[in-house]
Amino acid sequence: MATSNTNVFKRVILSVATLVITTFGFPAAAQSAADIESGTLKFALSPEPPFLLTAINTTLQMGMVTSKVMEGLLYLDSDLKPQPLLAEKWDISADGLTYTFKLRPNVKWHDGQPFTSADVSYTILEVLKKVHPRGRTALAKITTVETPDPLTAIIKLSKPAPPMLTALASSYESPMMPKHLFAGSDPASNPYISKPVGTGPFVFKEWKKGDFILLEKNPNYWQAGKPLLRRIVFRVINDASARAASFETGEVHIGGLSPVPLTDMPRIAKNPALSVETRGYAYMSPYMLMEVNLRKPPLNDVRVRRAIAHAIDRDRMTQVVWMGYGKPAVSPIPSQVTSFHSTDVAKYEYSVEKAKKLLDEAGLKPGANGMRFKMTHDLFPLGSDYQRTGEFIKQQLARVGIELELRSQDLPSYFRRIFTEYDFDSTSGYYGAFADPTQGVQRLFWSKAIQKGVVFTNATDYRSADMDRIIEAAQDENDFTKRKALYLDMQRLAMTDLPIIPLMETRFITLSSSKLKRHTISADGVIGGNFADAYFEK
Amino acid sequence: MQLPQIQSPMLRLVGQRLLKAIPLILAIVICNFVLLKLAPGDAAEVLAGEAAAGTAEYLAELRARFGLDQPVHMQLWHYIVKLATLDLGFSFRHNQTVLSLILDRLPATLLLMFSGMGLAVVVGAALGILASQRVNQLRDNIISVFAILSFSVPVFWLGLMLIVVFSVNLGWFPAGGMETMASGKRGVVRMLDILQHMVMPVTTLGLFYVALYTRVMRASMLEVFNQDFVTTARAKGLSESRITLRHVFRNALLPMVTLIGVQFGTLLGGSVLVETVFSWPGLGRLAFEAVFQRDINLLLGILLMCSVLVVLSNILVDVMYSQLDPRIRIR
Repeated sequence: MATSNTNVFKRVILSVATLVITTFGFPAAAQSAADIESGTLKFALSPEPPFLLTAINTTLQMGMVTSKVMEGLLYLDSDLKPQPLLAEKWDISADGLTYTFKLRPNVKWHDGQPFTSADVSYTILEVLKKVHPRGRTALAKITTVETPDPLTAIIKLSKPAPPMLTALASSYESPMMPKHLFAGSDPASNPYISKPVGTGPFVFKEWKKGDFILLEKNPNYWQAGKPLLRRIVFRVINDASARAASFETGEVHIGGLSPVPLTDMPRIAKNPALSVETRGYAYMSPYMLMEVNLRKPPLNDVRVRRAIAHAIDRDRMTQVVWMGYGKPAVSPIPSQVTSFHSTDVAKYEYSVEKAKKLLDEAGLKPGANGMRFKMTHDLFPLGSDYQRTGEFIKQQLARVGIELELRSQDLPSYFRRIFTEYDFDSTSGYYGAFADPTQGVQRLFWSKAIQKGVVFTNATDYRSADMDRIIEAAQDENDFTKRKALYLDMQRLAMTDLPIIPLMETRFITLSSSKLKRHTISADGVIGGNFADAYFEK
Repeated sequence: MQLPQIQSPMLRLVGQRLLKAIPLILAIVICNFVLLKLAPGDAAEVLAGEAAAGTAEYLAELRARFGLDQPVHMQLWHYIVKLATLDLGFSFRHNQTVLSLILDRLPATLLLMFSGMGLAVVVGAALGILASQRVNQLRDNIISVFAILSFSVPVFWLGLMLIVVFSVNLGWFPAGGMETMASGKRGVVRMLDILQHMVMPVTTLGLFYVALYTRVMRASMLEVFNQDFVTTARAKGLSESRITLRHVFRNALLPMVTLIGVQFGTLLGGSVLVETVFSWPGLGRLAFEAVFQRDINLLLGILLMCSVLVVLSNILVDVMYSQLDPRIRIR
């Protein structure tokens, strides 16, 4: 230690500088260009799914990964019409009790085994009907699946079940599973739910938990010449601001379900290197609803609920809070579900006067501070956009004399409070209406869906014999016109009784590199699309 | 507690401390378990909720599979019994044993923590020494201002700002991740790639501690400079640099070593933020996510691992004391 300090420190500084300089060699932009050149797509994913099989857990983020690997029998195009995928043709008998699927020949699983009707029968009877969270209801009427030959699967029903085809027409909702790897096991503990084997255009390669999931091109894909991309890397990026930065640096090329905070969107939308797509969510038809607890007076008075509906300016909420990425809702079946949506319902236009009048009629007079009564509002714990929605509603209701107290908690506490303890006055929840009302809407209005402890069911305690009758009749009505009429009645009744105030149809954003084309072609977009056609424009 | 067979006092100290750690760690496990059980909601509800669907049967099945249908005290008992055989349990959410999950993520976090700590110790000590040599002069003032600024910047904000400046605007460093994914890079190229990804997270994590150690080092250097033996050394005619490094620095190190021991645990807390901002695939983020997923087995495992780390690092610090300052004897 005879050297002087200054020399030592000079040396340290010099070596640090060398270190920093040597690492400068690879700027992010160059990396992104190399990715595009080599056909490597980087997909931002958050949160990381627990495993990879949507047949037993329908987390949307899980579908983003599995739909590239595992395919369904059919898919819904952007008009919600079924199109062939693993089934080339299908036929429905006049009585609606027999569905015959002709399977595509020469389709192989990624391990080389042929895909046959036995796989279809196993998947539907043993997995989708038994353990799929929604399949238990959607496929309940299936009695058997006959397999007269390897390329024919015949589904027999006990009663007509029109929503069934919709449920089967998505690689996200109902992926076909390889019987030879799953038969005889409990799917939830089968090792292949962490290393999926499917028939899709991409083959699962590697999953480094907390970091990335790697898929590679399937050289033996049944559609010749596809896929066009060579690899897909799903990168787990949980911080919203960091995600936005990764899009701007080109480190990721695509992300779904509004991957960046809406407050960043005005800046991002101006970036010519990025493009914004809002199609591809019709299958889920996401929307925001204000659920009101009918157990709590004065909320059990329909006049009070109507007053609340009149007091919230849904147009402004869409523009101000959601930056225009939404559409004010008028009924509980969103407009994206074109076959059943109705506007012929009681409307609650924004009117402070009407709201005040209704509250007066309900006997709720303003107190000394101008407030009529106080209620709580639980924020949906999914980020700042929902927080700002709550703040907006609070301001709006204050104008008519309702004092709103906002409450925050984490997701598990929220679930427990709303769906088990029913300890809330109101909340602005986020739901998927899905392509058929039996999948996402009936659970909110059916008295049989008041199931303590089950999340995303009827939490408002709305019970109506009329409503139950309509919902149950629509479940197995085979005639489309009659079924549609039932759902029109259902919407009219829902908007009259108003246990739930529809706020806004959410328009989720798929953000992508503007060089990436044809990533959204089905109704389930990046969540259920297999990306066989996606490519980078050079 | 007497362990007569062991002669070396240092080994005896380590042995005793390890024995004492067992009841401590057991108490930590029980506290953690109770605290986590007090949080509303459970893993089954979260899974069903994320699936945006569910029936009562689905929930009941999940609960039975996760063992959540049993009374809470039985769940705790089962956990401790398994722990006694060093079995950390199973994370149903990840469909993987807790041990394998932790071991997968531990290296990334240790790399981040040790680099952050290394940066803090080296730069902090260096700046502290530099400042103490010119008290209240320009150099000292500049270093002190830098230290106060670094000390007061929130970790989260600093991370995001580094991303905005060095990734988005300058494009020098990647915004996140630990290495370029699936790049097929090997050997030295891969090391450089990881190094490039490390620069911003390590800076973010380490800067607070750089500031802290700069302040501590400066103060403690000044204190030692005023002691009699330094005057003696100067009288002997030793060069100023030799006095600074060999006599003053070594004696001034003790307070910093104490801090390192205490802060090793806090560093893990800091890495939660850093790992989230920089998408670093480490243990901190795994723990953070486990809280919101109510993945109790996993969380208990990680917390246990942390308490073991803290206990071990404290023992290490005690051993280092005696090495740095022979006046501190192990008895």
